[in-house]
Amino acid sequence: MTQIGAQPAAVADAAAQVSAARPRPRTRTRFHRREAVAGYLFISPWIVGFLVFTAGAMISSLVISFSHYNLATNVARPAGLSNYQGLLQDPRVATALGNTLFYALLAVPAEIVFALFLASLLNGVGRGAGVFRTLFYLPKMTPAVAAAAIFFLLLNGNSGAINQGLRVFGIEGPQWLVDPTWIKPSIVLMQLWAVSGTMVIFLAALKNVPRELYEVASLDGAGPVRRFVSITLPMISSAMFFNVIVLTIAAFQVFDSAYLLFWRDQSNASPEASLFYAVYLFQQAFRQFNFGFAAAMAWLLFVIIMIVTFVQMRFGNRLVYYESDR
Amino acid sequence: MATLPLTGPRPGAAVVTTPVDAATTPHGRRHPVGRVVLWVVLVGFSLLFLYPFAWLLAASLKGRGQVFDNALWPREVHWQNYVEVWHQLPLLSWMFTSVSIAILAAVTVALSSSLVAFGFAYFRFPGRGVLFGLVLATMMLPGAVTMIPIYLIWKELGALGTWIPLFGANLFGSAFYIFLQRQFFLGLPRELFEAARIDGASYWTMFWRVVMPLSVPSFVIVLLFEFQASWNNLQQALIYLNAGSVDGFTAPLGIAYAMTKYSPTAGGQGDYQYVMVASLLVTVPMLVLFAFGQRYFIEGVATTGRKG
Repeated sequence: MTQIGAQPAAVADAAAQVSAARPRPRTRTRFHRREAVAGYLFISPWIVGFLVFTAGAMISSLVISFSHYNLATNVARPAGLSNYQGLLQDPRVATALGNTLFYALLAVPAEIVFALFLASLLNGVGRGAGVFRTLFYLPKMTPAVAAAAIFFLLLNGNSGAINQGLRVFGIEGPQWLVDPTWIKPSIVLMQLWAVSGTMVIFLAALKNVPRELYEVASLDGAGPVRRFVSITLPMISSAMFFNVIVLTIAAFQVFDSAYLLFWRDQSNASPEASLFYAVYLFQQAFRQFNFGFAAAMAWLLFVIIMIVTFVQMRFGNRLVYYESDR
Repeated sequence: MATLPLTGPRPGAAVVTTPVDAATTPHGRRHPVGRVVLWVVLVGFSLLFLYPFAWLLAASLKGRGQVFDNALWPREVHWQNYVEVWHQLPLLSWMFTSVSIAILAAVTVALSSSLVAFGFAYFRFPGRGVLFGLVLATMMLPGAVTMIPIYLIWKELGALGTWIPLFGANLFGSAFYIFLQRQFFLGLPRELFEAARIDGASYWTMFWRVVMPLSVPSFVIVLLFEFQASWNNLQQALIYLNAGSVDGFTAPLGIAYAMTKYSPTAGGQGDYQYVMVASLLVTVPMLVLFAFGQRYFIEGVATTGRKG
């Protein structure tokens, strides 16, 4: 799934709106029944889709995770907990999970800091910002496969443009795509190139900070750092909260770049440091057709993402400043 | 900056837009030196962001083995790469497949999501709040959880190797777009609907003749977002089309195939210039889309928080 979420505040708001029935003149009951029937008819495509592709698929996926699935006969043999035990026994699951966690810890802060930095620059420049915003956004429009093809060559340790550029400054760059230490930073670098989605959300938040706050703070003698920490950060905290959650969920599911750079060629052995969870899951599902094992992996991922998101929300809600709470 | 009325005029949730004065910044008055520094930094970052594009364009015009000279101006310009690539790779077929699927995916999801969104926005029926909560909740579900059963569904329907799995689920709406469209519909003045009802319009007529013509901006956002998502989609193509003939690949799958085909470690000759031409050719449609729909993309991201 490529789309993730809408701003949490907006979602909560939307949910509140649904539950609060809007006052309307009450007419005959038959009208209401007709209205309800029509409503169900309009949402019926989603209901069918939900029952088949979400609820049904989830139940089926859970059942498969407790089975040995034979693709040729379409028969699922009960396997008890063996797939889940397999997760613990397979060292590559632990490797993939460790790689993915490490990547998330590296990528999310880097993306947040860089996106906020760029957004602050754009916010400071005033009228010319539109041109730069457009330029910064172009990488976001580049298909992942094209970005991977470009960076595959740019990051080449011997003759890639990035290391060639570093040599100008007397720095001998690392073997980005070969040295296990530098594999995750390579992917983070690619993500930073296309960070403008996060940047645009920060920019919208920065534009909404009332200017008077800065003026008053300046009169009180607050310097730029103090203004940033005491005004900007609290005022954009809900955008920050949203970006952290969405980027974390995305980081746990990173697939395209890792697959294209390291695992597209099945004959070629890539360093284990490049084995990300979603890649290994995909291999188990659609290369080995180990459906039971892959389904168990998917549920483990789901549970981990839920826990991480829950913890972030618990901590976040204490730190986020909502305009409406004033 | 024009703000698209995505969220509609809901009190309390309205986006506060402060006019940005050209001369001052949120941080008060700025010294001319500071402004120059700011512009230099911005231009510097622009060059960094644009460098991979310039490099790509140059690399696509180089001969075999020259890709790694990293020159932004090729020593000799190989225009023939752009002719040769069509013989080297079934690029035309890939592009046709990708464009077709992207159009099908975008149109089906935009129509179905609008229908569902109208159902949630206009009608009152028991369970509406719970059901809409479920719509939002499905956005949290990682695709990996349902990936295998959905594959089995398409297998059972004999659709493996066809385009159907790459857009079929779009017929049933998609949570994010339902949310987006519903927010827009809620912003439309309710009097319009009441007037249409007094004129004796059916619900369907209301949807088709009143709501849809008024919600073109958000409809366009859905079309653009989904077109881009489909155009970029690698994993679905890997699952459903990888086993078939190379001619039937989508563009992303094809380029992944080409990266391996020309890779020296996989027995290729290092003809990366063809990979670069192909990469450029799949990127250009997105840049064109952005040129026409920039406002929709950026406003859409800023107001809904979608990340590509």
